[in-house]
Parts: sequence; structure tokens; C-alpha cells
Amino acid sequence: MNILVCVKRVPDPGTKIELTADSRAVDTSKLGFTISPHEECAVEEAVQMIEEHGGEGTVLTLGLPESDAQLRDALAVGMERGILIETDGSDWDPGQTAKAIAAAIEEDQTRHGPFDLLMFGNESADSGGFQVGIRVANALDLPCITGVKSMEMEDGQLVCKREYGDGWEVYKIPLPAVVTVKEGLNLPRHPSLRGTMKAKKKKIEFVQPEKVSAQLVMNRLRHPAETSKEVEILGEGAAAAPKVIELLRKLEVL
Amino acid sequence: MILGIIEHDGVQLDPYGLQMLTFARDLSARLNTSLEAVLIGKSAESSGEQIKNFGISKVHLIQHERLEHYAPEAWAESVIQLLADKKADLAVAAGTERGNELMAHIAAKLDLPLASNCSEISHGDGLEITRLRWGGSLLEETSLRDNVKLLTLALNIVEAQESSANPVDFEAFTPTLEDKDFRVQLSGREENTAEGVTLKTASLVVGGGRGVGSAEGFKVLEELAECLGGVVGGSRVATNNGWRPHTQQVGLTGNRISPKLYIACGISGAIQHLVGCKAAKNILVINVDREAPFFSKADYGVLGDLHEVVPALISEIKKVQ
Ligand SMILES: Cc1cc2nc3c(=O)[nH]c(=O)nc-3n(C[C@H](O)[C@H](O)[C@H](O)COP(=O)(O)OP(=O)(O)OC[C@H]3O[C@@H](n4cnc5c(N)ncnc54)[C@H](O)[C@@H]3O)c2cc1C
Ligand SMILES: Nc1ncnc2c1ncn2[C@@H]1O[C@H](COP(=O)(O)O)[C@@H](O)[C@H]1O
Repeated sequence: MNILVCVKRVPDPGTKIELTADSRAVDTSKLGFTISPHEECAVEEAVQMIEEHGGEGTVLTLGLPESDAQLRDALAVGMERGILIETDGSDWDPGQTAKAIAAAIEEDQTRHGPFDLLMFGNESADSGGFQVGIRVANALDLPCITGVKSMEMEDGQLVCKREYGDGWEVYKIPLPAVVTVKEGLNLPRHPSLRGTMKAKKKKIEFVQPEKVSAQLVMNRLRHPAETSKEVEILGEGAAAAPKVIELLRKLEVL
Repeated sequence: MILGIIEHDGVQLDPYGLQMLTFARDLSARLNTSLEAVLIGKSAESSGEQIKNFGISKVHLIQHERLEHYAPEAWAESVIQLLADKKADLAVAAGTERGNELMAHIAAKLDLPLASNCSEISHGDGLEITRLRWGGSLLEETSLRDNVKLLTLALNIVEAQESSANPVDFEAFTPTLEDKDFRVQLSGREENTAEGVTLKTASLVVGGGRGVGSAEGFKVLEELAECLGGVVGGSRVATNNGWRPHTQQVGLTGNRISPKLYIACGISGAIQHLVGCKAAKNILVINVDREAPFFSKADYGVLGDLHEVVPALISEIKKVQ
């Protein structure tokens, strides 16, 4: 089973998002980078499926050349090949991103054979468009299941579950297919030292994309209106307990 | 004309769909155009009764013998045909899972942009739009200029508000659908064998993060939650380390909670965590570090080691209970 997973390099802002002077991007000068937890789960699921059914895992990203760090993270936990669609780091809208990814997949398949499964996060951590996976599925004319939190091969079909209301919805599709997944699908493993060493030798292919024009142009980023609160410190250590009891009474939770 | 697509279960309209109708009603007034609702699938008509209180005069019922169960591409194809037939220039759905999925398929098939999870819209050259990024921790301003504008409305941005009741004109629309449109279709449902109060509905949540230190460390948090009739939640560090199941994660990629009181123990207050608990009415933070960002988002704080504070709290509560 050959599986492709698409991951996006995003800043990991921790406790506060700072913007650049022109308000058109997140100031990343003091930040580390990561991929979304959804995509980490996609990588883990791909590795598990390959462990069970055989095949090869490929991880793809569209971004700056230094996004190879995120590809290496995936290679360190068991993916075999990387594809990096190179950009100058400017904001690509979901349509542009999906078109470039679909083109790279088509090109790759002519040389390495078809993928059985294409995996995405349900939404990216930063821009959260909820659409790149669906757009790629449509461009490649493949069926797509979104929001998946459980998946399994059963009699040659992919059986996926996603949360809906108080329960779960079940979908069954034949491969090849696209799925977009959510955190909770599995508990991603941490890379081993050996895995990290091996990843350094794995191959990452750099692709120069064709950039079509943007349909959804980001004009500006801004912070939502904040209601900064004045915290009331009830005390220190165990001695604060009586004050907390008073509070619980006041809020009628006790 | 604006088409507002509403989810329903055959009896009730989706509450987020009603928020969307409220928002779209205001938008249609500002754009000086009309708003018509769209219901898809069998037995839609009975749930459509509710709509008349939202000032909608026309409801399109998309009907087809195969539309009984949710099928994202068949739904998308149906709405595309309706959009063309009615020459609508804007389609909007609530930013639910299905809403975003449906609109993304429509956008992909028509090669149009989709502005997902919008929070504000104003009229300019085209439409000037504000949409949520980072789960609402950051806002993006963008514009839609295409002839057909597609968007979803972020959840809980507006409250659903009824307006003067209108007589509703139901109009059936039968799309032309092919087998291919049904390659993905809901094939079954499984109910949760629910345990009663869930994180999403609990009125008291005791959350734990890295400061809890281990799976065993959560025992005292469980005990505190139990004393107060609440449930336990955690940060991603707690779930990612396997201390708690992911179903108990609070935050951007976990649950959104809205309890009367959230007691956050040993959690720093990263934006991705705050996204999940900003709807809490009151927040009490227990943390050793006075500089922890969570203190500036909390109503109350206790400075100290949670492994001292929480047991002290439990014994104090037991004294008075
Ligand atoms: C795309 C993305 C999505 C994410 N989604 C989520 C999400 O859904 N939910 C989520 O929670 N995180 C999420 N994260 C992770 C998030 O950025 C933080 O890494 C995480 O919330 C930190 O967890 P924490 O506060 O438990 O740990 P830390 O940030 O390490 O904080 C631990 C805190 O505990 C305090 N402490 C230590 N010991 C004690 C003690 N004995 N008593 C009292 N206090 C003590 C410390 O002072 C510190 O403030 C996401 C990250 C990304 C990039
Ligand atoms: N630049 C990118 N490179 C690789 N994958 C991406 C990129 N942008 C989005 N994706 C994938 O598409 C999913 C959905 O993105 P979005 O539509 O932006 O919410 C993400 O979770 C990723 O799996």
C-alpha cells in the first residue's frame, strides 16, 4: 500500500502570536515550527498501515526550502520519501496550494506508480481553510472522506469513522482514495535516535511548482478584540484552600 | 440572491444553521438582495416549518430518491445545479463539519474560492471578509470578488434570532445525479454508549497539563472533579504523553468547553489551549509560575504546586460537604 501524506509547516506560537510590521504574516523570528497534530496523526496512521499491509510512505509539503525539517520529522518515524514543493514563503491560498499539490502528485505517479491512499489533516493549524484535501481529491477525481478519527481496511475497503452529534458516522470506500484526519486517530510515536539518523539519508525531492493566481487574497491579519482580565490571586499553596472554598460557594458549584 | 444551506435531521433544523440564517438575513438586507433557504434530503419539509419564524419566504427542498443519506459530493452537485438554476450570487452554510465539507466540494468543482469560518462581512468592491485563523486566535481580512461567492459562517459568532413570521413558499428542486456522486455516502451510524456528562456539556471541568507530571498524578484531579460533580480534561501535553485519552483534550485540536468553572492545574495557557476554554464563565488557574500566561486570561488564581493545593482543596471540601 503506497501512501502519501501532506503536511504543512506552521509556526508554533505557544502563548502569543506576534505579527510582522505590515500585518501580513505572523512574526516567526522568535518561533519554532511544527506541523498540525492532525497531520502528525496522518503520518502515524500511514506508518502503521504500511507496517501492517506493506508498501511505502511518502510525505509532501509545499513551502519554503527549510520545510524539509518537517519532512525529516516524518521520515524519522517511518516515512520513506519526501517531496518538497518549493515556494518563497508567501501565503498560498487553498486553491493554489491544492493545484500545485495535485500536479506534483500526478507527476510523481508517472515515475513511482500510483498512490493507494492520500492523507491530509482535516484543517491546517494556521489558516484553517478546511479544503485543501477536498480540492486535491476533486482535482484527481478521487473519493474523499473528511474528519476521520478511525480507519481500517476491511475486505479490501477502507472503513472510516468520524464524529457526528453524539455518535459516529461510518463510511466505506474502495481505494484509491483521499482521507482527511483529526487528532485522536492514534497516539503518534516519538522518533527514535536510530530513526532520526536514518531519516538524514532518506531522499527529499525538490519540485518547482507552477503558481496559478490566487483567488482568496489575504489583505491583512489582526488580533481579535481581547478582554484582558485582572486575575484575583486567592493565595499561595495549600493555605489558599479556604479562599477557594469561598469562591466555589459563591459560584454555586459547591 | 443568497442561498443559505441548512442542515437538519428531518425533524429539527441544526442550531448552527439558524445562526447562519440570522447572519445571512442581516447580510441580505445590507446587500439589498433576497435570502432563500435550502434544505436537502428526504423529510426536509417537516423540519422546514421552523424556518418561517426566521423571516424566510422561500425554501428550496432539494429532493432525490438517493439523497436519503448524507453523500457530500451528491449534496455539492445538487447545490451547484440549484445555484445555476436560480442564478444565486452567494451561497452560505454554517461552518460545521458538514458545512465546510459541502462548501469545499462546491468550491473545488466550480474552481471558486471558499472563505471558510467567516466572522464579519462588509460590502466593498466585492465582499470584504474577516475569517478565523488559528481557531479564532487570529483574524484574516480577505476579499471575495467572484461572481458566485461561497462562504461558511464560523460557529457561535451570532445568536440565532427569530424575526417576524412569514408565510413560507416551499419549492421542490430535483437535481440530476449520477452514480459517481454517491461514491462516498454515509453507510451507518454508531451511537456512543454515553457515560452521562461529557466534557462539552459539563458545568465544571478540572484540567491538568504538564505540571501534573504523570498519569497517576491525575488521580487527585479526578477526585476533585468527583467531589464537585465535574469531569477531567487535559492539555495536549497530557493527552500526547498518554496520561489521558485524546477525548479529554481541551483546545484547538481537542474539545471546546464552556463550563461555569474551569480549574486549570499545571497548564501554561498556550493559545491553542485557550481556544478551547475561552467560553468558560470562570477560570481558576493553579500554577507554580506567576508568569504563566494563563494568569492573564483567568479570573482567579492560586500560586503553588498543584500536588499540594489540590489535595488541600479536597480535604477542605470534604470537611464542609
Ligand atoms: C497546531 C497545534 C494545535 C494544538 N492543539 C492543542 C490543543 O488542542 N490543546 C492543548 O492543550 N494544546 C494544544 N497544542 C499545544 C500547545 O501549543 C502547548 O504546547 C500545550 O498546550 C502545552 O501544554 P501544558 O500547558 O500542559 O504544558 P506547558 O506549556 O509545559 O506548561 C506546564 C505548566 O505547568 C506549570 N507547572 C509545572 N509543575 C507544576 C506544579 N507542580 N504545580 C502547578 N503548576 C506546575 C508550569 O509552570 C507551566 O506553566 C497545540 C499545538 C499546535 C502547534
Ligand atoms: N502548504 C501545504 N503543504 C502541504 N500540505 C498542505 C499545505 N497546506 C495545506 N495542506 C494540507 O491540507 C490540509 C488542510 O489544509 P487547509 O485547507 O488549509 O485547512 C492540511 O492539514 C494539510 O494536510
